[in-house]
Amino acid sequence: MVTVEDNHVIKTRDVNFYYGKFRALTDISMDFEKNRVTALIGPSGCGKSTLLRLLNRMNDLIDGTRVEGDVLFEGKNIYDPEVDPVEIRRRIGMVFQKPNPFPKSIFNNITYGPRLAGLSDRVDLEALAEQSLKQAVLWDEVKDILGQSAMMLSGGQQQRLCIARALAMKPDVLLMDEPTSALDPVSTAKIEELIQDLKRQYTIIIVTHNMQQAARISDRTGFFYIGKLIEYSTTEKIFTRPDIKQTEDYITGRFG
Amino acid sequence: MRWRYLKEGLFFGLVRLSAFVITAALGGLLFYIFFNGLGAISWDFLTLAPTDSMTKGGIMPAILGTVYLTLGAILMALPLGIMSAIYLTEYAKQGPLVRVIRIGVNCLAGVPSIVFGLFGLGLFVVFLQFGSCILSGALTLGILILPTIIGASEEALKGVPQTFREASLALGVSKWQTIYRIVLPSALPGILTGSILGIGRAAGETAPIMFTAAAFFTAKLPSSIFDEVMALPFHIYVLATAGTHIEATRPIQFGTVLVLVGLVLVVDLVAIIIRSTIRKRKRW
Repeated sequence: MVTVEDNHVIKTRDVNFYYGKFRALTDISMDFEKNRVTALIGPSGCGKSTLLRLLNRMNDLIDGTRVEGDVLFEGKNIYDPEVDPVEIRRRIGMVFQKPNPFPKSIFNNITYGPRLAGLSDRVDLEALAEQSLKQAVLWDEVKDILGQSAMMLSGGQQQRLCIARALAMKPDVLLMDEPTSALDPVSTAKIEELIQDLKRQYTIIIVTHNMQQAARISDRTGFFYIGKLIEYSTTEKIFTRPDIKQTEDYITGRFG
Repeated sequence: MRWRYLKEGLFFGLVRLSAFVITAALGGLLFYIFFNGLGAISWDFLTLAPTDSMTKGGIMPAILGTVYLTLGAILMALPLGIMSAIYLTEYAKQGPLVRVIRIGVNCLAGVPSIVFGLFGLGLFVVFLQFGSCILSGALTLGILILPTIIGASEEALKGVPQTFREASLALGVSKWQTIYRIVLPSALPGILTGSILGIGRAAGETAPIMFTAAAFFTAKLPSSIFDEVMALPFHIYVLATAGTHIEATRPIQFGTVLVLVGLVLVVDLVAIIIRSTIRKRKRW
């Protein structure tokens, strides 16, 4: 029997984040449960994307940013000086707002990461590509055109390809930054369905502007406002009887 | 009301005239060169060495020398320029240091070419004791086109969408591998196009090679990079100013000019073709 505490794959402790002098996140302490979908919601500029990008050190890429506090991944602070961000990003994958396939073939998009991580056997790579594409429910659509450019796929297919590409690294956690905001309703529905399947194997943290989406697909929801975590609870509670007035106002569309 | 229309028409006429004047100047120049030079061009002219104190024969050694010097300049400047541009756009923290380097690069682009010639003479020919040879000339020309290559490479690298870099890094790929595998291949067409235009300039420069590589006359083809060579621009300069038969060699002078212009045009044409095919293919 595992304890509840052991079930949290990522924990943040009193995290503050600065862009130059601007404090974008204030004292964020948040636990992310394993094999669950956690949604981060809140109005634009509330810091939810910043928090997401902090969890796999993608914010390192921006000059002049600074992190205070601990981000614990499996109990270890990923901001410790001896931690290699490259290693962290292999374990914590990311899918972006706009589909961003490389200008390469579908096959090479999927195998790009694993190959650079040292996998070279052609048979293994092919198996991995098939497995990842099946997980992302894209296999049937592209199995005959793996050699063609990923740029010719539709937006929804490209986004599923990006998910497959992230899955090919066999990460533990998948971060998704508004993954459906650039997609049409049909593609959005496919990806939401996919997320439900994926949480059996992965821990998923998703930023979304779409509150119905958060309500539909997530198990837990955190509401952010001006860099602070206002309320964090089960999705059901957040959407039916939130404790805090600000959360309720946002959920019911009174501001945001 | 009428005055406004008049002003409008006047201004439009002025800008149109400017465009025409420039096109006419280029067209006139090319016509003049073709008209005067075409008569001198023959198979022998392109494949033989000069004879009879350079009043007869061909210009083959000069063509070959220019090709060698230009190739050498590219070999030196392209890797160095691309690497500098990668440092400036991908690695360096944007700040005072980078700004100083950029200003330096831009100043380098504005330095008169004779200054490069003297610098090459001082550093490569005299101090490093390479002597006047292909190596010294190519290095000097390389430095001359370095700013062009750095500028073109920086533009091309900046044109690669940030999302490519993010996508790669988020897969746990290191920064260097991201640059090498994703950023550089995407930027390469732009880098090459810009650089080829620099190469055209290198092929035509006289002053930088005058003291560092170019021979007044040598019928012997170079056997190593430590040999002096003839070069097209310098050959023209010599024939037009220093020969004993300046008037008599006019046709040869124009023929040589035509060959040089032709070379540069071909190189530029290649750049234009590369660019347009890439533009058609590239969709992001």
